[in-house]
Amino acid sequence: TGMASGIAAAETVAPSAVVFNEDGAVEQSLTGAPGDATEGAKVASTKSMGNCVACHEITDLADVPFHGEVGPLLDGAGDRWSEAELRGILVNAKVLFEGTVMPAFYKTEGFNRLGKAYTGKAHEGEVQPLLDAQQIEDVVAYLMTLK
Amino acid sequence: MKNGIAALLAVSTAFGASVATADESAELIVNGEIEMVTRTAAPAHMSDSMDEVISGWVFRSDQTQEMQQDDFDNPGMIWVESAMETWETAEGTENKSCADCHGDIEEMAGVKATYPKWNEGAEKVVTLQMQVNDCRENRMGAEAWGYDKGPAIDMEALLSSVSRGMPVNVAIDGPGQSTWEMGKELYYSRTGQLDLSCASCHEENYGNMIRADHLSQGQINGFPTYRLKNAKLNGVHSRFKGCVRDTRAETFSPGSDEFIALEMYVASRGNGLSVEGPSVRN
Ligand code: HEC
Ligand code: HEC
Ligand code: HEC
Repeated sequence: TGMASGIAAAETVAPSAVVFNEDGAVEQSLTGAPGDATEGAKVASTKSMGNCVACHEITDLADVPFHGEVGPLLDGAGDRWSEAELRGILVNAKVLFEGTVMPAFYKTEGFNRLGKAYTGKAHEGEVQPLLDAQQIEDVVAYLMTLK
Repeated sequence: MKNGIAALLAVSTAFGASVATADESAELIVNGEIEMVTRTAAPAHMSDSMDEVISGWVFRSDQTQEMQQDDFDNPGMIWVESAMETWETAEGTENKSCADCHGDIEEMAGVKATYPKWNEGAEKVVTLQMQVNDCRENRMGAEAWGYDKGPAIDMEALLSSVSRGMPVNVAIDGPGQSTWEMGKELYYSRTGQLDLSCASCHEENYGNMIRADHLSQGQINGFPTYRLKNAKLNGVHSRFKGCVRDTRAETFSPGSDEFIALEMYVASRGNGLSVEGPSVRN
């Protein structure tokens, strides 16, 4: 009953429920469990997932072809930023970097002409964030390894 | 984060090395005679955003650039030739050809450079394709061609080819101004789940790689464009559609009021560059 569900794994924080602190960081884990850095590297380099390398160079992923130059080199991101700050940047980079071209990866509201993925057609139904809570935590864990 | 054209000089990063990139100082002279202006001072209306406007040709690989230097190597010229036949073919209830009224195709030199433009009769801004369809429907009694479809894009390429080397010169004031303003608004509006505007890629990041693509200024002085990717002539609105789709947005349709306005605005960003169409791009 009430007790039992309280003991179950921590609730996933929904995109609309994420809390930013005044520095644009998100302190609470979105899953309540540590992310998997190896999975995070995959999310960062795969086109259909995070595709971070479309805009960022990451020396650690040099075997993945074609890194972009739209955003800064991510080498050392784990030194420059805390885990909470990286989580904030991934959830919605615009909170920390006003007007940035970096998309918000864990956001489901406030879009203009939202499409159905890359079809060019209008979106219908419930909006999924670009990455799910687990993927965000995995990428955060991966970025923390970039020292 | 390199900004602007300086990045063109610094392209061969360890990761981008396999992307062949253009020689920044290359000059475009077509058939050994038509000298193209591929970089020039930005028009006054853009003074708060950039100093120089640059043709998309500059950002392409050496091989792609070379294909545009000679009509024999430019696959787009095949459709120009077929449009030349259409130019002389009588059609419709009036049984007239374009040539019957307009004479030699060379008479149309300079026309493409001014479109889209305000049309008094229609009381709106029209694109070159709309103007041609107006002649077809109202002067020839023939059916309108589909927007950006085969015959329309071929005729646009023919009309462009006789204006090659002339400076783009789209009027932004006068009765068309409100359409131009609408186009400008669309250019700077972010769309889709990636929340990007045309300016995010083509103004803030031209010269930079985005994954395997070398971002240009998104100019349209080279349209219609033969793309190696789909091996045919591509229209401006079809290209816009692809770019909007890539922001994970619901696109506008070719021929829509939004894309007419956006075409007018984007064309005016290239005022001073040479008309290049049909160009060759990847
Ligand atoms: C469309 C381009 C784009 C994409 C895709 C993108 N970013 Fe960014 N990112 C940027 C830009 C631009 C900045 C610089 C912030 C600004 O605008 O001032 C940035 C900044 C960052 C920063 C802070 C920079 C630093 O000092 O290290 C991190 C960390 C980051 N991005 C991680 C990611 C990750 C992880 C992904 C994928 C899940 C990603 N980005 C996807 C464009 C992008
Ligand atoms: C029966 C006569 C007639 C025929 C046939 C005709 N046109 Fe026209 N066209 C005109 C007239 C009249 C104008 C308006 C001239 C003006 O605005 O100065 C015009 C205008 C144009 C313009 C705009 C010129 C400018 O300076 O803005 C283009 C482009 C054009 N026609 C292309 C074509 C094409 C292509 C065809 C065949 C598919 C065609 N026309 C067939 C009579 C004709
Ligand atoms: C996510 C990045 C992105 C956005 C946003 C974007 N484009 Fe593009 N666009 C590209 C890429 C990549 C290319 C191919 C390389 C190049 O020419 O820049 C391209 C090419 C073009 C071209 C062809 C240029 C030529 O020389 O043939 C035009 C025109 C263009 N874009 C216009 C637009 C307009 C207008 C918008 C906004 C409605 C827009 N783009 C939004 C990425 C983008």
